[in-house]
Amino acid sequence: MNTEIQENTKEKSDEESAEKNSLFKEAVFQLKGNKSATIGFVIIVGFILMAFLAPWLTPFEPNDQDISIRKTAPFITSHILGTDDLGRDLLTRIIYGSRVSLVIGTISVSISLSFGILIGLISGFYGGWVDRIVMRFIDIMLAIPYVLLTIVIVALLGPSLVNAMIAIGVSQIPQYARVVRASVLAEKENDYITAERSLGASNFELMFKSILPNSIAPIFVQATLGVGDAILSSAALSFLGLGAQPPTSEWGLMIASSREFVTSAWWIVTFPGVAILLTVLGFNLLADGLRDVLDPRMKD
Amino acid sequence: MLKYILKRLALLIPTLFGVVTIVFFMIALSPGDPARVMLGERATAASIEKLRHELGLDKPLYVQYGLYLQRVVKLDLGKSIKSGQKVSEEIRDHLPATVELAIWAMIFSTTVGIFLGVMSATRKNSWIDFGSMASALVGVSMPVFWLALVFIMIFSVKLDLFPTGGRMNIRYYFTPISGLYVLDGFIVLLKSGDPKVLLSALHHLVLPAIALGTIPLAITARITRSSLLEVLNQDYIKTARSAGIKERRVIYRYALKNALLPIITVVGLQVGMLLAGAILTETVFSWPGIGKWLYHAIEARDYPAVQGGIIFISISFVLINLLVDILYSVVNPKIRLS
Repeated sequence: MNTEIQENTKEKSDEESAEKNSLFKEAVFQLKGNKSATIGFVIIVGFILMAFLAPWLTPFEPNDQDISIRKTAPFITSHILGTDDLGRDLLTRIIYGSRVSLVIGTISVSISLSFGILIGLISGFYGGWVDRIVMRFIDIMLAIPYVLLTIVIVALLGPSLVNAMIAIGVSQIPQYARVVRASVLAEKENDYITAERSLGASNFELMFKSILPNSIAPIFVQATLGVGDAILSSAALSFLGLGAQPPTSEWGLMIASSREFVTSAWWIVTFPGVAILLTVLGFNLLADGLRDVLDPRMKD
Repeated sequence: MLKYILKRLALLIPTLFGVVTIVFFMIALSPGDPARVMLGERATAASIEKLRHELGLDKPLYVQYGLYLQRVVKLDLGKSIKSGQKVSEEIRDHLPATVELAIWAMIFSTTVGIFLGVMSATRKNSWIDFGSMASALVGVSMPVFWLALVFIMIFSVKLDLFPTGGRMNIRYYFTPISGLYVLDGFIVLLKSGDPKVLLSALHHLVLPAIALGTIPLAITARITRSSLLEVLNQDYIKTARSAGIKERRVIYRYALKNALLPIITVVGLQVGMLLAGAILTETVFSWPGIGKWLYHAIEARDYPAVQGGIIFISISFVLINLLVDILYSVVNPKIRLS
């Protein structure tokens, strides 16, 4: 009898996985047809390629100074986007800057994701007093505005790029925990979870093998948005002198050190900002598209 | 209604207590000794010890926490290490500048945001819709401080239309009445008939308010569009249209009213964002508000000031959200009944 049920369930789960596979294909197909997702994807791939191929894309070094050519205007010499106040090639620094920004984005989102998933999963799955305590704590964390929390954490840890990543990652955990918890709550009521539980699946298996993979969609959207947010936050931190330190070619820091040239060299201020804007736009576009495809209820 | 408000107020207490606790321990447990920071690297061990005693830092942590809670309840946030002034007084002095900036940023973002959202929703898939939604997306992807610098570069340096920073032309010195310079300027105008203060205050506000309001504007425009589109699909709108009511009236009188609920929530949430975002905007525009003050406090590792500043901003954030929730429940009875 028991084996029969098991076989049935196995068959069902095979069917489910086949269905899921086709759902995945369907999602990819829809994503391809989604304009904003496609544009976002192209921008992001562009920046990733730029980050990896940096040394081959430019003949200059990001930190090579040459005072004799300082503040060269763009589009005139071989320094296409001009040079900064120390004569460093601006385009080269922007290209190398993509490495820093993408690393910050990925690492801080990984921090928030891993803790957020763990906390949200436990809180949503066990419910009861565990959930109440965790949610209370998260509400309190969310009462402190995110930008402020990030700035304070990094100020307390000491200004550096690593601490900026930690600060951004940590202060975003509550947001992720909430998203994960919400989708876990919806998912755990399904019949297949009850079925698996009656077949003796452990809580750990239920949480990580059944519920999590099935509630991943909104988490995925949140993480994509999160990378863009993290890049913006790290630029802001560097701008305030709390993130990357000179001479790192970080976009926010480049804008900060160009502040005094607002009157004399517009390009030093403008181009790093455009780079930030484009990258973040890429992630926001992709997230918009993902939301349309993965969560059809959000569609207009 | 009263029951709902009382319930929400009761829930407020643990949240406020939690915020104070988290902020206290975050700062108390962070590396670095405030006494050493205050006295500098060359201070002797004895003088540091003496100061630690004066500040109560030599007491066990739980005692420090208890004392801090006691003081916060009495609205005493301690004294700034840097200036020696009471933190609450410093906040009071810097608050009007931030409030004024936030109010104007909010007015700008809400009016323009709702207008763009309505234009988009009523002309769905037209180039106006596409254009305003594309700019909204660009708006949320932009670093605020960069936008502020670009504004200064174009409108202050190149075109010489607006000042690069500050709240008021120093030539028009006057004794602040409310601290909100536009309001004060208006009072001066009424009293003496001199519009200079009012005009100068407005002139200085334009760029910072637009820079601070850009991201909220983009979010408001997007939420207005989607919320209005949802309402426009409903039957009662079709009925209104088929009854021959003018389109403009259908949209502004019948549809937008019901679409406003999610917009109110989002606008309410933006208040916290504005307060926090003010750190960057105020730094770029040398705007003497809470944000710039807090930034300098962080830079100087002025612990009591940082602690007090964050607690103050977070509590205002919580209170404003509560106010929005109550407002929301007034407009939408479903909320308070559930």
